[in-house]
Amino acid sequence: MKFVDEFRDPQAVHRYIQAIAQTVTQPWTIMEICGGQTHSIMKYGLDQLLPPEIQLIHGPGCPVCVTPAELIDQAIALAQLPGVILCSFGDMLRVPGTTADLLSVKAQGADVRMVYSPLDALQLAQANPAKEIIFFAVGFETTAPTTAMAVYQADRLGLKNFSLLVAHVLVPPAIEAILSVPDCQIQGFLLAGHVCTVMGYGEYQAIAQTYQIPLVVTGFEPLDIVQGIYLCVQQLEAGQAEITNQYQRVVQAQGNPTAKKIVAEVFTTVPKMWRGIAEIPRSGLGLREKYQAFDASRKFKLNSGLSQLQEPSPCISGEILQGQKKPHHCPAFGNACTPEHPLGAPMVSSEGACAAYYRYGKFLAMA
Amino acid sequence: MCLAVPGKILAITGDDPLLTMGRISFGGVVREVSLAYVPEAQVGDYVIVHAGFALNLIDEAAATETLATFAEIAAFSGGKPNEIR
Repeated sequence: MKFVDEFRDPQAVHRYIQAIAQTVTQPWTIMEICGGQTHSIMKYGLDQLLPPEIQLIHGPGCPVCVTPAELIDQAIALAQLPGVILCSFGDMLRVPGTTADLLSVKAQGADVRMVYSPLDALQLAQANPAKEIIFFAVGFETTAPTTAMAVYQADRLGLKNFSLLVAHVLVPPAIEAILSVPDCQIQGFLLAGHVCTVMGYGEYQAIAQTYQIPLVVTGFEPLDIVQGIYLCVQQLEAGQAEITNQYQRVVQAQGNPTAKKIVAEVFTTVPKMWRGIAEIPRSGLGLREKYQAFDASRKFKLNSGLSQLQEPSPCISGEILQGQKKPHHCPAFGNACTPEHPLGAPMVSSEGACAAYYRYGKFLAMA
Repeated sequence: MCLAVPGKILAITGDDPLLTMGRISFGGVVREVSLAYVPEAQVGDYVIVHAGFALNLIDEAAATETLATFAEIAAFSGGKPNEIR
């Protein structure tokens, strides 16, 4: 397929690996922030091809994985209300809350549906005027414009039976939280290409300067990733700390102005709790006052206090999401915890680091 | 979650820019996608699509330039390429 196949040329990947090996003179630790990139790295075995000086650390870049269990409990509570159709993306339906997940609630009779797009949820609302349609909105800056447009159109259409449980999170505050940890080992970042497609990369300039760290906007195909690593290593070896854009065919510096405008119209930044990490200031999106009628937690008077119930678990997803440990360091990885029976969110989502390790790098658990 | 895939616009329908839809081919699989965020899109353009929305056009000139850069890196080539898993 055009713009896919050309960026998977094995010989070109190997030439880049050699170029990296010839450039590197000392160990470097680089974090790929996006779970989609983690998936590609494991799928194509890129981590195994790189010279030993390059250590890749997987970031918290899977929005499904960082959604708190308590928010999933709220979604489950909403799904169990009479007359409600609760819908979300497929991965979200399988992530465990404190005691159950949305698919198990569906099996018990709740009307829980998987959608491909927030517009599908909007169409459900139009087709079912006697039902309340609630969209469990999850995703980073890439997904936020799709939710924002659904809200914007629902408002224009005057829909009264459509609302959102909002779980959107933002990447730059997460990067700052990681870099603010005193013993942070990360020396360079591969930025999430499609987040930057929407938002551009201007807001990362301050991070590069403040933390003196190179950040490379990077795509998702194997050649994108090895080129992104090469560009990052070049900067590290030269002592530079700039933003460079590997993914120029898709990402412009200013992002997508139309998408940014609709997101800013519908949402404002709010503090957000990240599963396994902590609350990060200004790291989430919440509906603006004008669109509060579409806020499901307000509409259905959900208890705003998150439950503190925590099941004892060997899962170390918090440390994995912060890049402090790798999935195969977890005592539950591959035995008590598998994609079929996940203990933690990173094993659920196809972009979760644990699921990627399990699917493509299971041998690492035995290393 | 933030993965988006390239597709080719086969047809465009709708007059309201916010409601414009496109028929997009993803290597043969065709889906209806909102073009609200790419108002400049034309039939034949390639777009990056996520969750039912085209998020940007693919810049063919930039793609070609990147591919040329991949070829240039051959200067480093000296070893025998292995098959990628």
